[in-house]
Amino acid sequence: MTLVIAIVGIVLKLAGVVFLFAAALGVLRFKDVLQRMHAATKAGTIGAGLVILGSLASASDVETIIIGLLAIVFLLFTAPVAGHLLGRAAYVTGAPLQSFASEDPLVSILQQRKRPPEWQDQAVDAVVESAGRS
Amino acid sequence: MIASLDLLLSQVAAGLLVVLLVPLAMTLLRMLRGPTYADRFVALDMLTGLAVAMGALTMAATGRREFLDVALGLAIFGFVGACALAAFLERKGGDKP
Repeated sequence: MTLVIAIVGIVLKLAGVVFLFAAALGVLRFKDVLQRMHAATKAGTIGAGLVILGSLASASDVETIIIGLLAIVFLLFTAPVAGHLLGRAAYVTGAPLQSFASEDPLVSILQQRKRPPEWQDQAVDAVVESAGRS
Repeated sequence: MIASLDLLLSQVAAGLLVVLLVPLAMTLLRMLRGPTYADRFVALDMLTGLAVAMGALTMAATGRREFLDVALGLAIFGFVGACALAAFLERKGGDKP
């Protein structure tokens, strides 16, 4: 029985680390803010949750297990809220985005600034374009 | 048998802790590279998830359950920090002409 629990714990930890690896790869390699956030919030949350769940396999008392489950529930509740706020802020401040497949559906709902605040002082149209492409 | 099983679990956790340094470096690279503030904040969010996972793995590696409390605290502060940074970013002045 303990052997089974240990193996399940190791498998869960491994799966969580693989998810975290994929999330970090997405954060590094994807092309614009919203794509990067797509990787960070979804894969990152499930990876951290799986690692916590796997670590609980070596826990002995009920208290530890309760705290671990609380941490997982907290992660699952807060990831969408933080993601929504960050995505809205990114869109509103005018971070360069990849071209949309159709028309930008938020164009009449949210006002978008032309360029992000850190580039406002420079002559930056070339910078914005190259950042959108690369 | 039981003792060796515990040893195996803690050693696997320690190994995975080392493996997690690679995603940490990748996230850090994105945070340094930017190019916008929003990218850096997304990287910070990712870093919080990594820190929570590393806290849980440290608990499994050392067998001290205080590290799980550390992970829970990091998750809470990471959430509050991401919300605050997003609010500040959204409030930061309009377009200069």
